[in-house]
This record gives sequence, C-alpha cells and structure tokens, in this order.
Amino acid sequence: MPDYAIETTHLRKEFGRKVAVADLTLQVKRGEVFGFLGPNGAGKTTSVKMLLGLTAPTAGDATLLNAPLGDRRTRTRIGYLPEHFRFYPWLKAVEFLDLQGRLYGMETQRRRNVIPQLLQRVGLAQATELKLAAFSKGMTQRIGLAQALMNAPDLVFLDEPTSGLDPLGRRLVREIIAEVSATGTAVFLNSHLLSEVEQTCHRVAFIREGRVLETHDLSQWDEDAISVKMRVGRISAELLAHLQTLSADVYQTDDGFVHVTVSAEKDIPTLVNWLVAHNHALYELNLERLSLEDRFLKIIGNHSGDTLTA
Amino acid sequence: MTIITIAQLTIREAQRRKILWAALLMGILFLLVFGIGLHLIWREMTLDNPYDAPEMFEVPANFLTMAGLYVTNFLVVIMAVLISVASISGEIESHLVDILITKPMNRRDLIMGKWLGFGVMTTLYTFMLGGGVMLISRLVTGLALRQPIAGISLIALNALVMLTVSIAGGTRLSTLANGVVAFMLYGLAFVGGWVEAIGGLFRNETAVNLGIVSSLLLPVEALWRKAAIIFQPRMTGSTSFAGPFVVTNEPSDVMVVYAVVYIVGLLAFALWSFQKRDM
Repeated sequence: MPDYAIETTHLRKEFGRKVAVADLTLQVKRGEVFGFLGPNGAGKTTSVKMLLGLTAPTAGDATLLNAPLGDRRTRTRIGYLPEHFRFYPWLKAVEFLDLQGRLYGMETQRRRNVIPQLLQRVGLAQATELKLAAFSKGMTQRIGLAQALMNAPDLVFLDEPTSGLDPLGRRLVREIIAEVSATGTAVFLNSHLLSEVEQTCHRVAFIREGRVLETHDLSQWDEDAISVKMRVGRISAELLAHLQTLSADVYQTDDGFVHVTVSAEKDIPTLVNWLVAHNHALYELNLERLSLEDRFLKIIGNHSGDTLTA
Repeated sequence: MTIITIAQLTIREAQRRKILWAALLMGILFLLVFGIGLHLIWREMTLDNPYDAPEMFEVPANFLTMAGLYVTNFLVVIMAVLISVASISGEIESHLVDILITKPMNRRDLIMGKWLGFGVMTTLYTFMLGGGVMLISRLVTGLALRQPIAGISLIALNALVMLTVSIAGGTRLSTLANGVVAFMLYGLAFVGGWVEAIGGLFRNETAVNLGIVSSLLLPVEALWRKAAIIFQPRMTGSTSFAGPFVVTNEPSDVMVVYAVVYIVGLLAFALWSFQKRDM
C-alpha cells in the first residue's frame, strides 16, 4: 500500500445548498511539496479546513499520514500556517512559540532548544522578547511559519505563506520549504503566487469548483509544452484543421495571430514544413515556454463548467 | 493538562490586557466609596442616639450592607459577561482559534480551559468585593451577617451562571448577538424576580409563576434572593417590599441545585456545540 502524507477520496463539503468542495480526490507523497491551485472560490480553503479537522466533510474519506481525519495523535506531526495568520498580540514571540510547543505536548527542554533555532531560522532572533502586537505583517508571517514548524512536522499545510513578505522574506520561505522537504516533510502549499509555486513545488493540482481538474509533475513540465505564436498570410479552415492534428490547443486571436501549443520542440520544424509545403506565407513565428500562469489559465479556462448545487 | 494551559493563558490575557488590574483598581475604588459613604451615613444616623440600644440600627445597617452586596452581585454578573463575551466568538471570527484547535488537543479542552480561567477570576473577584463589603460593614456598623461564605458563594455561582451563558452563546453567536442575549436574559430574570416578589405580596399566583419561569430561564435573580436570605435571615417574612435589597420570599434549596445543573447542562451544550461547528 502506498505511503501517502495525504490521501483523499471523493471528499465533499456542502454548506446548505452550496457545494464548496464537490469531489476532492488526490494523493500527496511524503516529502513532496504539493501546490494546490485554483481560482477564488474554488474550494481550496475549505479543502484545507476539512483536512485539518476545522470543518467536517459532508461525504468522502481522507487520511493524513495514514490516519483518519481528526486523529489527535497524528496532529502532533502536522503543522499549519493559516492565511492571514494572527494570534494573541499580547504574547511575546518566545512565549507564543512556547505555548505552541506546550500544545504540541513538547517537553520543556525540547522547547527551549527548538525556539531559539526557529526564531533564528525565520530571521526573528532579535525579536524574541517583542510582543506580537509590535510585529510588522512580514514578521507576523515569519513567526506564523515558525509555529507551523515548531514540532518538526511530517506534514505541513502552508496557506499563502509568502503573503505580506518582501522578496527577501519570500526567498527565505522558499528556502525553508526546500529544507523541510529535504528532511522528508510533505508540504501542502496553497498559494496564489504562481511564480512561487513554480519555484517551490514538485507537483501541482489544479482545482475548480471543488474538483481536481489536473495534477502535474512540474519537473516533467519543463521539457514539454511550448506555445508557438505565428502570423501567416491567410488563416483558412484547412490550416486550423491541420494545426489541430498537431495540437489540441489551437486558437486565433483578433490581431491575426494563430497560437499553437506543441508538446515538444521537435514538432516545430514539422509545423513549419507543413506550412511551406501548403503555400502558407509565414511572416512571424515566436516561441514561448508556458509559465505556470499560462497553464493555470489554460487548464482553468478549459474546464469551466456549470455552477454546482447540492 | 491542556485545560490548565488554556486556563493559564486566559488569566494571563486578562492580566496583560490590563483587564485584571482595571477590575481590581475599580473594585478597590468601589469599596472605598462604599466604606466612606457607609461611614458618613452611619455617623449621621447614630449621632444623636445612644449606643446602648444597637438593635434599633440593625435594620438600616442590614439595608446598607445588602445594598453594597446587591451592587457586588450586579457587578460580578456584568463582569462575568464582559470579560468572556468575545472570548470564543471573537476568536472564531478572527480565525485565531484555528491555530489552537489544529494542535493535538480536543476542542472541548479549549472551552473548559477558558471557562476555568474566567471562572477562577470571577470567583476570586466576587469574594474580594463581597468580602470587602462585609468587612467594611462590620467595621463601620458592627453588623455580622449570618453565613457570609455561603452567601458569597451563591453570588459567585451567579457569576458562573452568566459566564456559562456567555461561553455557550459564543460557540454559536457573534460577539454582539451573544452580548445582547446574555444581558437581555439577565434583564428578563431581574424583572421576573421583581414580578415574583411583588406578586407574592399580593398573592397573585400567575405573577409568581411568571417569576418562577424567568428564574428557570436564568436562575441569577433567584440565586441573589437566596443569598440575601442567607445573609439577613431576620428580614425574612417582612410584610413590606423594600426593593431588591430586602427579600420577602425565599427560593427553595432546589433552585441552588437547579443553578448547578443549569451550569453543567449549558457547559455540556457549549462543548457539544463547539465540537460540532465548522470553523
């Protein structure tokens, strides 16, 4: 049996007649950084809340670290940084982390060892005795990240972890994610910053209306899909029909360009040869590797569907 | 263990946010004003009278002391709601609670911990204010109330009833709605208590029953009347109604048991409600 950090099967959540998550089925491997992407209202936050036991699923099953949702013992091995993280502003940084450690059931000595290391790692070594009320947005996000890692978790949920951070802070978060992933911790990353996801994640899932549309391995993506933008003399039905035999993703824009997504570089000479052989005048041809944002828009756009109701 | 951690956190929050100090300072101010006022009134009353007949001053001494204890009861009941009304609902609304309950703790530990923390504070505060009033009264008028500990314990129970109402409401209602419900319930019980007392004087059964129903909805006024009877047994059976400080009809001991059951039941509802709700 595969050993997943997260495994969900047909997880569903309804709020009255509104379906927040329709059918979430996914697997996250141990030690991998998994990006969870989707437009606003796609059900990302509700999905995370179900996995963390904050919201009860209406239907479906899920396991975290091979234990059913809500298992208390398993929570000692899970970290969580919520979006818009905030906590009691009257606590000092060191008191805040100590409280988190106590709630995780960590021994006093272990807490004393871990807290300075974590504060150092997130760049808050000078803020130990500072109250959270005096923290800037970026500092708050950093201390939030520190508490999510307090228990050296096997699985950590990060909801918009770079929100409010400057470029240095964002790089720090990326480095920390890479570090914890290298030690075998699975990271479930919910972020709108696709460039961050692209640099950080091993795999990504695209979600819309509470369904996983597609899941992709980002390391394999680097090698394939190239967007070709062409300006040809006359755009005929025959031309478009042939291009569609080369790629499922062909469209014409108002400025007279034809866009074709080919699966590999070797397809480009074939495309050009066909155009020349069939007397299509080729005036311009540009290549673009698809960014995650391009793919996001393409995948989410392709799967647009009806609004769901229970 | 987690319950103790949360209780300590609750008390530390009250301390850090200066709620504890403000309450202590204002409590001392209240006792000072009560003491000075009582001293001045008592001096005027006893100025032209010989001290060889102290029993004639027992009624006014009782009245003034009971007025002080009545205000104490009112203050601790209000205090119990004010310090706790936003505690659960506010943290749910701000999602601060998410950080806590995703830790390896049971959700009910959070409710029990907060209840315990607030409960300890309100109980100590009740004994400080109530004990202060009685001590001042003893020093100024020489009046010794009967069963002072039992009486103050009933006032403390009153505060715990309101605290539990506020905590339970916070698991389902917004902070404002929770406050409105708690205070309106208190107002209802307060009026119900008067209706029952005055109805009793006129032997109007319907009015008495209305009062009993309001006491079942929120037993705080009945508990106050019980405490007042314990404090001043000689006033029992007085044929004249002398306001809320002097009580003419004693609620039965069952009402005290009911108040304890009320707290336990409401707390059980709060635990269930918080356990079941989506965050």
